[in-house]
Amino acid sequence: MSSVRVLVGTRKGAFILTSDGARKRWDVQGPHFGGWELYHLKGSPADPNRLYASQTSSWFGQVIQRSDDGGKTWSAPGTKPEDLMGSDGMPKGESNMFLYDTSAETGKPLTTHQHYDGSQRPWEFKRVWHLEPSLTDPDTVYAGVEDAALFRSTDGGHTWHELAGLREVKGNLWQPGAGGMCLHTVVLDRTNPQRIYIAISAAGAFRTDDGGKTWRAINRGLKSQFELPDPDADVGHCVHNITMHASRPNVLFMQKHWDVLRSDDAGGSWHEISGNLPSDFGFPIAVHAHEPNTVYVVPIKSDSEHYPPEGKLRVYRSRTGGNEWKALTEGLPQENCYVNILRDAMTVDQLDPCGIYFGTTGGQVYGSIDDGDNWAPIVRDLPAVLSVEVQTL
Amino acid sequence: MIRIILPQHLRTLARVNGEVALEVNGPVTQRAVLDALEAHYPMLRGTIRDHVTHKRRAFVRFFACEQDLSHESPDMPLPDAIVTGSEPFLIVGAMAGG
Repeated sequence: MSSVRVLVGTRKGAFILTSDGARKRWDVQGPHFGGWELYHLKGSPADPNRLYASQTSSWFGQVIQRSDDGGKTWSAPGTKPEDLMGSDGMPKGESNMFLYDTSAETGKPLTTHQHYDGSQRPWEFKRVWHLEPSLTDPDTVYAGVEDAALFRSTDGGHTWHELAGLREVKGNLWQPGAGGMCLHTVVLDRTNPQRIYIAISAAGAFRTDDGGKTWRAINRGLKSQFELPDPDADVGHCVHNITMHASRPNVLFMQKHWDVLRSDDAGGSWHEISGNLPSDFGFPIAVHAHEPNTVYVVPIKSDSEHYPPEGKLRVYRSRTGGNEWKALTEGLPQENCYVNILRDAMTVDQLDPCGIYFGTTGGQVYGSIDDGDNWAPIVRDLPAVLSVEVQTL
Repeated sequence: MIRIILPQHLRTLARVNGEVALEVNGPVTQRAVLDALEAHYPMLRGTIRDHVTHKRRAFVRFFACEQDLSHESPDMPLPDAIVTGSEPFLIVGAMAGG
């Protein structure tokens, strides 16, 4: 029988929730890395026992953790005894080293970005927001970081190298969103290994078609009339999350700061599909595992009030690829609920019927095993949830 | 042997209990102690000081003999009590809320 493993990153550690395919009885393990912020954990599609985790702290900085046994044990890559010393006699310990590339070979990418006050600031690494393992190689993994850049490791997280061409796309105009200037979304295309989509707050969405060497902004159709002096600007938009269905890689769905949008041409242009949502502000967006036109969002009241409208926690589902949305409320609190659901904190499994999971800043992880019609808490009292991913085993 | 006390989170990361004791070759300075610590525990690289600049992380402090040495030169010799091992060199997570 199939099973699922839900990987939960929180403000104070990681938790691993497991169940058989019925998804009714859950085992909760953790906290792993107690006391640290776990921005994101994700498993390799090519080897489900290979997990990567971003462990971070204001005190002690960034640590990359890796598990090769499905989360039972973890280690920082490159710190086993046989890996300790480099040929120069110096310790390696490079798995948490994210150095921005300013080499001549990559064109000396821009080294400053716009700050809140309009001044130019140098790029400065702060943390890894998102880890996206390769679809085919367990040792290859992408890291979206703050200050916004994309890094890649091809040795299982031992070393990281920036795909610096991204910052050449008007990087001097990028600026931090309220949560920092972070690259938080990485979407890989199963049909085209050279194509990668990424999203940055607040710079927008970008695409490469040559494996990360060169990039283009894909923000045509985005309108940010309250955030940018030019609402149709090429870059500067606060994109919150992007998703696609693997079977339809040219169709993308986006939750922007305000607005839910769709592209039918691989990001070449976008059109709004917010329709009858009670608010089109929000963070995560997800697509059903078996229905490419079924999309899920969690409306949040506003950018200044990060909680659900009317204190009612509602997932909204569109079975028409947008515009027509239905509130899913069964099993979710419908009064006095003022949590937020962050951008990496909603995901779907691959079982049939499709399971949907999301975590809240109040520490609840909810799951549905019937396309979202009914919900139940898997666990209620974790630290604030930063990310939720699921592996179907 | 130089005795080093790590904050709890770094003890967990380095997989050690209690104090760490290390040989330090040459003059015993902050830099030499941290070089030796990172050589034995490479998972600590980047967690106490920057990988490249070796600048102390903002929320990390160095205490020894009831003094805060965080702002001293990394090449200043440490007190004799640290060199002889009668007192430990403390690496501390600064009080910063949270």
